Amino acid sequence: MNWMALELSLKLAAWTTVLLLPIGILAGRFLAWRTFRGKIFIEAGLALPLVLPPTVLGFYMLVAFSAGSPFGQFYESLVGRSLAFSFDGLVVASVIFNLPFAIQPMQRAFEGISTEVREAAACCGLSRARILWRIELPLAWPGILSALVLTFAHTIGEFGIVLMVGGNIPGETQTIAIAIYDRVQIFDNASAGLMSVVLLLISMVAISATYLSASFVGRRHD
Amino acid sequence: MTDSAGLEVNLVDDGNIPLDARISCQPGELLALVGPSGSGKSTILRTIAGLNKPRKGLIHCNGDTWLDTDKGVDVSTRQRRVGMVFQNYALFPHLSARDNIIEGLGHVAPAERSRRAEELLTLVHLSGLGMRKPAALSGGQQQRVAVARALARDPKVLLLDEPFSAVDQATRQRLYRELVELRQQFGMPMVLVTHDLDEAAMLADRLCILRHGRTLQSGQPFDVLAKPTNKQVARLVDQKNIFQGTIINHDEALGVTTISWGEFTLQAPHQPDFKIGKVIDWLIPASHVAVGDDENVVAGVIAGMVRLGDLVTISVTIKEASSHPLFMSLSVREAKQRDLKAGEIISVSLIGDGIHLMEP
Repeated sequence: MNWMALELSLKLAAWTTVLLLPIGILAGRFLAWRTFRGKIFIEAGLALPLVLPPTVLGFYMLVAFSAGSPFGQFYESLVGRSLAFSFDGLVVASVIFNLPFAIQPMQRAFEGISTEVREAAACCGLSRARILWRIELPLAWPGILSALVLTFAHTIGEFGIVLMVGGNIPGETQTIAIAIYDRVQIFDNASAGLMSVVLLLISMVAISATYLSASFVGRRHD
Repeated sequence: MTDSAGLEVNLVDDGNIPLDARISCQPGELLALVGPSGSGKSTILRTIAGLNKPRKGLIHCNGDTWLDTDKGVDVSTRQRRVGMVFQNYALFPHLSARDNIIEGLGHVAPAERSRRAEELLTLVHLSGLGMRKPAALSGGQQQRVAVARALARDPKVLLLDEPFSAVDQATRQRLYRELVELRQQFGMPMVLVTHDLDEAAMLADRLCILRHGRTLQSGQPFDVLAKPTNKQVARLVDQKNIFQGTIINHDEALGVTTISWGEFTLQAPHQPDFKIGKVIDWLIPASHVAVGDDENVVAGVIAGMVRLGDLVTISVTIKEASSHPLFMSLSVREAKQRDLKAGEIISVSLIGDGIHLMEP
């Protein structure tokens, strides 16, 4: 069992989830209630990671992270190290790759809040911040929670994009999914099997938690 | 206009729902906006609340300017101090009745909010149910929470958007009585949107009839219902007997204006504003048409009889005067006693008091 890889995977998933929480709320809320020209293209662009092979997305990100690209240079001048083949790079790639998993459920959740309820909140004289905190977030919570769990579980299981952007550096970019692949390559099926079971359990628990919380919240309003 | 207490609204818009509306509502007055769907009545209410932005408009309430498009003034909804009861109540589903009300008490010191919420719950006859979520309340109870939440804001105007449309008949009658009771305790202007004329006539001090976003007529319920200014309003207030006639004579001493209607002459209450010889529209409520030959007698053939509850609506064809039938209402008993049947010739009296003349 490669504990270091598991820890790295959990760390990557946690960072991705934490960063996508505000991004998902802002973007999901914006897309749920605003109509503007070109909205459909933005939504399509955000959904692209769902259909694009991870290796393709990974390839483009590797190019963008490289020292030759303006973005890569900018990051390196700012932080002092390269994004490619680093944990930072994995986090950035993972956030981008998980945008649809975070934004879409949150967008649906905000769309589910009736316009009249939001208008009633304004008629009550509530500030924007209080409307968000007291009305919108509690009502959108099931969607937000399932977005977070999906993002977390999806990040732990991600393989292609991690391999492309991060490579396979133990302690830096070797996640548990990569470690399993690594073990299988050298016919260490026992370790691979053990790690697979751990991954299976984590995924199972995560998905069950979303379903449980959704049904709990569904009953809460009755 | 800013000095006046009460609500003054003047809106012009040529958008999806065109508006050309001018309404006013005094403190303590209940104004009903009545009109068919698409008449813009809800849009006007939403505009007062700041939820709809008209192209041009002026809204003054209790001395404050909420909207003045010429001067670029547009106070946000949350700063307008409106109490709004939405058609489907729009309660916050995750909060208890009490917490729904507390959200409207932002201007009250935090320590006072609970006590004030309990007072409002008692006021709307919901004490003891404060901890229930909206889904655990009946339709009528939800409406009461919505009213209490709207009042919690201590609003300068209370806006009611079809608040009785989502409850059953028995509950509706009870809620009518409760609204009348509440009115005695609050002195702000109240604007009620409804498509139900009876409801409007029963509850409101003044009616305002709307069509295609235009205010056609406003006034006391009886005046608007029995004395519409023109045929268009008459149709909207459900007057069925609208005909054309010509002014023949005014007799001030007798208090009578005589008009011709086809081959008949009819005596109406004195309405000297219309010149002799002028072609006018006139109406008579079905309730002012009676069987018999007492006054303004006309003869016709019974074209149809429809029973609705205790009343029979009878249409009479009077081919000497009009291609449209004349409608009258009789009690089922009277219709039976007189043994009225379709196809029979009948003499009817048009009771002069009910005849109202209108500009064509």
